[in-house]
Amino acid sequence: MVLALCAGMVIFVLAKAWPSFASNGIGWFGAGEPDTQLGDIFKSPSAPSEYVYEIGVWPLLWGTILTTGVAVFLGLFFSLFTAIFIVEFAPPRLERLLEPVVRLLAAVPSVVYGLIGILVLVPFVANNLISDERKESVGYVTQLTGASWSVAALVLTVMIVPIMITIIVDALRSVPKGWIEGAAALGVNRWRIMWTISVRTVRPAIIAAVILAAARALGEAIMISMISGSLSFVPQPVDGLTFFFEPVRTLASSIVDNAEGLSVIPFGQTIYAFAFLLLVSSAVLSWAGWAAKIPMRKYGIRP
Amino acid sequence: MSASLTGGRTSAVESSRTWPLIDRIMLAFCWIAGITACVIAFAIVAFMAYKGLEFLRPNLFVERPNATFDQSKSGGFLDPLIGTILLTTMGTLVAIPASVAVAIWLTEYGRPFGLARAVESAVEIIAGTPSIVLAIFGLIIFQQEVFGFLSFRAEGGSVFGRSFFTAALMMSLIALPLIVGATREGLQAIPSHVREASYALGKSKWATIQRVLLPSVRPAIGTGTVLGMGRIAGDTAIVVVLLGASLQIQGYGDIPGLDILRGNGGTLTSYTYVNSPAGEGAAPDKAYAAAFVLLMISIGLNLFVSRLARSGKSASAAATR
Repeated sequence: MVLALCAGMVIFVLAKAWPSFASNGIGWFGAGEPDTQLGDIFKSPSAPSEYVYEIGVWPLLWGTILTTGVAVFLGLFFSLFTAIFIVEFAPPRLERLLEPVVRLLAAVPSVVYGLIGILVLVPFVANNLISDERKESVGYVTQLTGASWSVAALVLTVMIVPIMITIIVDALRSVPKGWIEGAAALGVNRWRIMWTISVRTVRPAIIAAVILAAARALGEAIMISMISGSLSFVPQPVDGLTFFFEPVRTLASSIVDNAEGLSVIPFGQTIYAFAFLLLVSSAVLSWAGWAAKIPMRKYGIRP
Repeated sequence: MSASLTGGRTSAVESSRTWPLIDRIMLAFCWIAGITACVIAFAIVAFMAYKGLEFLRPNLFVERPNATFDQSKSGGFLDPLIGTILLTTMGTLVAIPASVAVAIWLTEYGRPFGLARAVESAVEIIAGTPSIVLAIFGLIIFQQEVFGFLSFRAEGGSVFGRSFFTAALMMSLIALPLIVGATREGLQAIPSHVREASYALGKSKWATIQRVLLPSVRPAIGTGTVLGMGRIAGDTAIVVVLLGASLQIQGYGDIPGLDILRGNGGTLTSYTYVNSPAGEGAAPDKAYAAAFVLLMISIGLNLFVSRLARSGKSASAAATR
């Protein structure tokens, strides 16, 4: 039954999304202006032969890749160090505190993160970090309101860190005691034991953590649609510091933003195409996360 | 673990003073990361508590919301609160039997092997699917003519596909992987001699499952369920797409009770979303109050899980999945 559900999910969404892919071809992934193009699709004539499908989703893809990539990259370092801290260095009292803290961070609903982001972080960035000259310098292409991809990526980091910490901590705890004691007997200090033995042993689990966190970050819709400005803008790294303050829109958040118009047939089909892309990429990622842990079994470790 | 390194801990833990500089810098990073995590969590809770308690009034709980620009008349969040409770209950009620059945089949039967593998990875995939994609999928499915009885028809005669029924069915998919995971862990923790003892007494396999195994995995099922409830209560995307995210619960149809379930509504999450600057009604104080209630619900469910886990000593590993 579960299997049928899964297969049904892929097939149904693909069937609904197909017209959008088919009429755009490879250009579907190319550059375009999704905001105005979605508007055109929404207003397209009602005769099926005159549906407008033209869209290039590269800005949305770039937004997704940018926020997810940065969040996972930051989150990897943060959660690796936190996991090592929890397993090895934290005083027992702090360790007992940290576990509920990690669980709490995982349990906070995404809309609460979004609320904090839009009411606290975004105004802070707009008032204190972006100077007026900087706002004027890009005023003719976009407005810098403080709602930007870097703030979204930061909040996203906090959201995905608990997943990574849990996976890495579980793996670190399952490293055979004998290996650690052997190293300690050879006079290796505790940090080097962690870094050269434990962390190296659990490398597959770290990769799995990264992949699963990326899958989670890809699908985060509400929080990003609240914080990132939700404009299909393409931040250019060549803009220097301004780059960090430019708004984006991700695939998932454009689904949420456009949920109202799904009953317009070609518009709905375009949105379904976004969903299909997300579905496929997250399915591939969760399968890869499962597969990444396989090498650890050869050490006899089952995290 | 450090205790096992230094033996019975007669001396203090090895001092880091003799370590090379790079090691000490890395150790400092560990401390910073650990403390930062605590600070972020406490900052979130403290900030939400401060703002939430500042704007929370008892009347917010009993007044129905209205869409008006005059904030003194826009009411409270009675309807979203009912929506949250309704949706969570319905979602869990659907999810529990389905996922317990899947878990039992996977651990106790699991033949043919290939099928079991496939189901296992299908559960993984459902766990990894973003809720927004689940919502879109639900919309596609429930807009088919066959499922018209679950929601209502729009003016043009097409099935609208958005109702408490459809949203709860999709919400149950969010809870499913959590309950399956917890139940499987519970079942695997039961030693096989318990099953063999039951067979030796002449019980059939089904009777063993029913009388021996199910009662002993009840705490694990409970843990998974509460985790799933937390996830359902905190989800926004499905509410926005599949429930309409309206302020008031709008019944549809003539049969009392059923009309609400076939109609649109909202939950605390969508109420927060709509009232934040990202939505239409910019009423940050209402949003803060609703978000605070939401946060309290999810923290409360979490505390409940840790107590369950302490008594049932299982399935805490699934806590953050």
